[in-house]
Amino acid sequence: MNNYYVKRTGRAVLTLWFTVTLTFGLIRAIPGGPLEMLRARLVRQGVDPARIDSIIQSRQEESQPIYVEYYEYMSSLLSGNLGESFYFREPVSSIITDALPWTVFVMVTATIVLFAIAVVWGALIAYKEGSRFDTVSSGLSILLSSVPFYVLGILFVVVFSYKFGIFPARYRTSPGVSPSLSLQFVGNVLYHAALPIASIVITQVGLQTLAMRGNSIQVLGEDFVRVARLRGLSDRRIAVRYVGRNAILPMYTGFLTLIGFNLGGSVILEEVFTYTGIGYYMFEALINRDYPLMMGIFLVITTALVLSVYIADLTYGLVDPRVKSGDSSEAY
Amino acid sequence: MKHTESTTESEEEFSFGAAQSDVEVTTADRLRDFYREFVYKPGLVAWEDNRTRLGASILAVYVFIGTVGTWLYRSPSTNQSERSLQPFQTMEAPLGTTNSGEDILAMAIHATPEMLVMILSGGVFATGLAVLIGTVAGYKGGTTDRVLTTFSDVAMSIPGLPLIMVLAVVVSPERAVVIGILITINYWAGLARSIRSQVLTIRENSYVEASRTMGVSTPRILIKDVIPNIMPYVLVNFANAARYVVFASVGLYYLGILPTSVANWGIQLDNAYSQAGALSGGGTMYQLAVPMIAIMFLALGLILLAQGMDRVFNPRVRTRLASESESETEDDEEVAAPTEVMT
Repeated sequence: MNNYYVKRTGRAVLTLWFTVTLTFGLIRAIPGGPLEMLRARLVRQGVDPARIDSIIQSRQEESQPIYVEYYEYMSSLLSGNLGESFYFREPVSSIITDALPWTVFVMVTATIVLFAIAVVWGALIAYKEGSRFDTVSSGLSILLSSVPFYVLGILFVVVFSYKFGIFPARYRTSPGVSPSLSLQFVGNVLYHAALPIASIVITQVGLQTLAMRGNSIQVLGEDFVRVARLRGLSDRRIAVRYVGRNAILPMYTGFLTLIGFNLGGSVILEEVFTYTGIGYYMFEALINRDYPLMMGIFLVITTALVLSVYIADLTYGLVDPRVKSGDSSEAY
Repeated sequence: MKHTESTTESEEEFSFGAAQSDVEVTTADRLRDFYREFVYKPGLVAWEDNRTRLGASILAVYVFIGTVGTWLYRSPSTNQSERSLQPFQTMEAPLGTTNSGEDILAMAIHATPEMLVMILSGGVFATGLAVLIGTVAGYKGGTTDRVLTTFSDVAMSIPGLPLIMVLAVVVSPERAVVIGILITINYWAGLARSIRSQVLTIRENSYVEASRTMGVSTPRILIKDVIPNIMPYVLVNFANAARYVVFASVGLYYLGILPTSVANWGIQLDNAYSQAGALSGGGTMYQLAVPMIAIMFLALGLILLAQGMDRVFNPRVRTRLASESESETEDDEEVAAPTEVMT
């Protein structure tokens, strides 16, 4: 058992290392390096060619053999240094620490809300399987899942922000609102995050509801539920302890993975809402060939995903004792 | 000298041609077998579900539009009609035109074939690789399993969309087939993991054990005993992967990360949103609506298909199929096997 945890931890570390290396290689392979992008931008701004050359010269020292860059990147990464953004002229780590909490806030809130709705709704549908309520709800779930979150996001911006002006179309807070624990600040943050969260929840709740419905129906058909009924246990106890628990368990891993997945999807979402989280900066970095910033954000999102799957794997055996923790099967 | 040269040449030509036709025959044979075993029979069960029928019909409409439709309807070009025409004004451009006078319906129609190719290549790539890696890892176990699982873990841990974006800039793919594969570059990993865990239970079945003790080769066991069991699941996930391809590709086109040489609904969305001023409310919402509807219906068709085919998992429905065609023996036992697995 302990052996499993050691191995699983080793695999998580290996995964991280591999991902760092892979992304390092990938991002270096992008055509049109940062210096060329910088030159093009300066030319567009009409800067004197002689000055452009000197500016480029002053940045030139950064081109070294790739293995040196790799070694330096890895070692500075281990000491928590992610380099400096080419485009924003700021340390990458400070951009990320500024932007990440907002993205995490939006995505985690959205995922929790949608799971809460899905669990309750799915269980209710399953309980009334075959009824009109079931048909309508299942149909609605499927219908909702056919809308990409960014399409709903665009619709929201067009309708609620521009047409009716009910919700803000951009930014994390209104200008001039400074972070504090005041009610005004929290309200303002929620006000700005409402549309992004809503577009995620509405478009993703359907599939999770259907998953919960399927799980519940399966559990309802199990022998132990019938035995519990025969034993005369209360409906409430059966619903919570027997059906609920066994139906939610399979969704547990899905929950953590979905948070990671949504973090990756933040690039499109934040671009639609001009919400300056890590997704927004990732897009800016990509357009401007800002390697250090791209690497940093990529790494952060990847780490989040690796950690959430890792936590899910480690804790799944704890919440569900039936799960054997791998490696027990022999090889053929 | 001349003589020998010519003979070797002709021989080479001949053998080359023969090898090619040989491959073609076996591939066609295998495809027919595959269709009968894995598509037709589960499909028969799935077809009884309304959702499957509706989903398949919607997809059929898209295939029709993507093949015959593009041939029937003119292709889009600038200034082919009056500029900024509202929908339902003239028969010339039924759904209106953009600010540069492009027929919106023509744009939507001519974006369809590329989308279908993308879906197909992405779906085949993702599910094919997932089946290969998932079954081998689950069945072989041991070091093979560990290596393959680690490989899928790594692939799974790289966030999909950001990875695709980086790759799209590096490769700047022009062809729809390549874009489809690119989008599913790590989508297969999650599927491979779940297939692996299903295979873990399948390989304990008595008939698999029997094949093994009889000394049947591993690839044969995988193809004959293991894969038919997971095929319904794979088909469901094919539809899901296809939906993912639709969502991701349109999103990337919308962001302008994929090359805009190919017509796509995402580009239409972007144009309507950022150029036509759909935001300011100036009556250009229709330019946004057409691509949105095109995307949503395609996704709806795929989800309905996936949900309906999910029925194939239902043990009771599957048993009915098995009893209906009991006379066909052998083959049906394989198809009916999930009954044991799933209950």
